[in-house]
Amino acid sequence: MSHGDLCLRLTGVSARLGGHPILHDVTMTVVPGELVALVGPNGAGKTTLLSVMSGDVEPASGRAELDGIDLHRWKVAALARRRAVLPQEQRLAFGFRAVDVVRMGRAPWARRPEEDLDDVVVAESMQRTDVLDLAERSFPTLSGGEKARTSFARVLAQQTSLVLLDEPTAALDIRHQEQVLSEARQLAAEGHAVVAVLHDLTVAAAHADRVCVLAGGRLQADGAPRDVLTPDVLGEVYGHPVDVIDHHGRLVVLPHLIDTRPRSSTEEAACGSARS
Amino acid sequence: MTATLPARAASGSEQPPALPRRHGARATALFTVLGVTLVLLTLYAAGRGQLAIPAHEVWGSLMHRIGLDWGTMPTHPQGDNTLWQVRFPRIALAVVVGAALSTAGALMQGIFGNPLAEPSVVGVSTGAAFAAAIVIVFQIQLIGTWTTALFAFVGGLITTLLVYALSRADGRTEVVTLVLTGIAVNAVCASGLALMIFLGDTQEREQIVFWQLGSLNGSRWEYVGVVTPLVVVGLVGAMLMARRLDVLALGDRAARHVGIDVERLRLVAIVLVALLTAAAVSFAGIIAFVGLVVPHLIRMLVGPGHRVLVPASALAGAVLLLGADLIARTAMTGADLPIGMLTSLVGGPFFFWLLRRTRRTAGGWA
Repeated sequence: MSHGDLCLRLTGVSARLGGHPILHDVTMTVVPGELVALVGPNGAGKTTLLSVMSGDVEPASGRAELDGIDLHRWKVAALARRRAVLPQEQRLAFGFRAVDVVRMGRAPWARRPEEDLDDVVVAESMQRTDVLDLAERSFPTLSGGEKARTSFARVLAQQTSLVLLDEPTAALDIRHQEQVLSEARQLAAEGHAVVAVLHDLTVAAAHADRVCVLAGGRLQADGAPRDVLTPDVLGEVYGHPVDVIDHHGRLVVLPHLIDTRPRSSTEEAACGSARS
Repeated sequence: MTATLPARAASGSEQPPALPRRHGARATALFTVLGVTLVLLTLYAAGRGQLAIPAHEVWGSLMHRIGLDWGTMPTHPQGDNTLWQVRFPRIALAVVVGAALSTAGALMQGIFGNPLAEPSVVGVSTGAAFAAAIVIVFQIQLIGTWTTALFAFVGGLITTLLVYALSRADGRTEVVTLVLTGIAVNAVCASGLALMIFLGDTQEREQIVFWQLGSLNGSRWEYVGVVTPLVVVGLVGAMLMARRLDVLALGDRAARHVGIDVERLRLVAIVLVALLTAAAVSFAGIIAFVGLVVPHLIRMLVGPGHRVLVPASALAGAVLLLGADLIARTAMTGADLPIGMLTSLVGGPFFFWLLRRTRRTAGGWA
């Protein structure tokens, strides 16, 4: 690894939450220039894995290193200049304006030369996520999608080489989903390392350079979308048969319908496996 | 067919779009109005009382003291004496105590991320009062006038830490937990206070009871000298952490993600809250709800950013308490009403209204 190049390396990581083992022996690396999608069924440990990567959860065994230093040994402020996190839930205690929330992303750069760039960076970040029009609005009054995009702008404003996104598209319509993920791809193209937890496998296939499939707290597959997103792997991991269709060079993952159940639960199951 | 939309124009080539201003004319206007109100109210309040002194004579007396021969001196022979022995110390104490209570409220709401946190609501004032009552009953004299303040500080610090430890779960404080923890802590401290009243002799009892009701009666320059430095330290400390307090609104985890050492920040803030509460309680007793009402009104006017909220709350708290004290000592001829009674009379319903509103906007008891 050349000096200054970011590298996130997990080696044999196991993690517990509230005494329960969640992750088992996960080994993976993330390097600059790639967008890695974390996929897997509910309760597979995706969010926990992301928390290990962000330094929130200390591995029970194994090592999680950023630039060769254990994540939990990083100083809070120094780490914040290296990695940014988009949480799954966007909460705010007081009615700050959207622009103030994006400005909070500049906190790690306070009292440093980079502080002079604050206004430019904040404005650009808001433009990239299409929230400039919301700048004066009070954050708690925004819709779920608007909140998610504003928070994504905050993450962009942090200007870190590692960007961790926990379900960045969960609350977004198609247009904003594509917009947010193309920005994530753009970040990777600019040399950032991006990790995103994604639920929609078709979306993951379209945008990720690499897909990591997590199930039962173990890394089941790790590779290019075309190698990993196969009917065999997915059928096994999700416990539900799927078709993977090549649509003019793009992969489409289609879960099988469950057809012997009453109509309402069939719909639920089909929706469930596509969404969750 | 797989379609690819053309990439949007590279943002770097354009001029970055303009952002709304940080805090504009509203904040400046608010500071101006509050500042002018404070000065005018001081001049007016100093003249009111059993011995009426017109505002221009108050002005003259003030100017005379700082060596300027402007305005007319009070015409009444006891006028100047009354101003400097009785009225001004009381006004000064009202100003610093009001600033202390409001700043403590703003700080506490910031660190709990909860608009209902306030020293008297969560029992910190009662804790400080209990500790100070110990000084009265056992006539402890360690460091002169400062003894009460020291005990109040320790009592306040212990209760704040206790409330903090008991009411947090998963890195956040829920409204219902905070309020219920406050009830529990208040109950325990009140029983301690009751014990002190039981143990004290008649004179001490009277002293504790009056002071439990909250009053600025009998203010002395000596008290102002003790309270002011504490308030200055608390206020400066609060200003220094203002930007980090803003970020705390994101929640503990997200605040840590943007480089805030949350635990340390919160610990320092708790010490400051205890300091400010102790400063207020030591000589003025329990004056409830000021720290709840004032920051909330300021937030409604200029938004929740702490760089404006903290100093504006301090100033508005000073104005409010000065006004409340004026009412307390002039509403009934010959009687000095307890100021804590007045603030609770207004603050109680306000607290309830805020509770209802928070409950609605937070979608239940979240």
